[in-house]
Amino acid sequence: MTLWSWVLLASALAYLTKLAGYLVPARWLQDEHATRMAGTLTIGLLASLTAVNAFSAGTEIVLDARVGSLIAAAVALALRAPFLVVVIVGAGVAALMRL
Amino acid sequence: MLLQSPAVRIGLSIAIATGLYGISFGALAVAAGLDVWQTVALSLLMFTGGSQFAFIGVLAGGGSGSAACGAATLLGIRNAVYGMQMNRMLGLAGWRKYLAAQVTIDESAATAAGQLTRPEQRRGFWAAGLGIFVLWNLFTLLGALLGDAMGDPRAWGLDGAAVAAFLGLLWPRLRGREPVALALLCAVVTVLVVPFVPPGIPILVAGLVAASWGWFSRGSPLEGLEPDVDPAERAGRRASDHGHSDRDEDAAR
Repeated sequence: MTLWSWVLLASALAYLTKLAGYLVPARWLQDEHATRMAGTLTIGLLASLTAVNAFSAGTEIVLDARVGSLIAAAVALALRAPFLVVVIVGAGVAALMRL
Repeated sequence: MLLQSPAVRIGLSIAIATGLYGISFGALAVAAGLDVWQTVALSLLMFTGGSQFAFIGVLAGGGSGSAACGAATLLGIRNAVYGMQMNRMLGLAGWRKYLAAQVTIDESAATAAGQLTRPEQRRGFWAAGLGIFVLWNLFTLLGALLGDAMGDPRAWGLDGAAVAAFLGLLWPRLRGREPVALALLCAVVTVLVVPFVPPGIPILVAGLVAASWGWFSRGSPLEGLEPDVDPAERAGRRASDHGHSDRDEDAAR
């Protein structure tokens, strides 16, 4: 499949997931296990994506300038900086460490 | 006047704060190898920030289209929970349901949930949902064009920006000990698995760990369902009427 097909398929699945909430009987999703799983899944996937983007290159673990970005971003977030500022700090630190 | 409604004002302020960071999504998507139109299509059609970042995050790490699609879809599952809540809260019928579904995301659901009456809940939902949709797409396009003009993404530190973006999406959900422990576990599992499986798969393995955690352990059913930009905080009052009413949120941040 081409990248375009994956873009369109993933988008269709995203819409159907949202719509499912409106169309399926409430009791299906009211189950506390299901709600809780949707939440823990969100945390786990975001943590994993953070780790992959910070520490991996293909199938290798690499420690490089991105670790600096991770630490700087954590500091910015602890200081309650807005999202966009956090992202710019992350980019700036990686760019500076490569100079 | 619509603008005199507190819910509309909160919704629009959320829309500006959230819409703006579409610029980082646009730039990072192009850096991950998407073209400008694929980037724009994701914001128009997928329209759920976390999943969009997941999709390009997997591709940037060398993962396949199927792994990117899988990670984006799993990360979007919480939107079904929001859909169910909004369906009950807003009482929409007919075509409005189908339109509402597309703009059912963390921020619109949280804005609605922070209001006390149904008319205000509806106004807050639409103001945040439609407002973010318009701005998120405009800023995605701007970011994609900027990213396209930038040249070598690494020289600009865009790979570092992606790391910061994911941490920024995760951060508001780390209230209390349990989510922190879960996040650390999933990060460690990911790093341990990376050398042994194709790129993209470690994220799905971590998803499996996280889902099992949610299924087999007891705890708040609303864990992880916090918006990136908290409407209640923007409104200048305590975030006590949606979600974690039993915790001192400010102390935990």
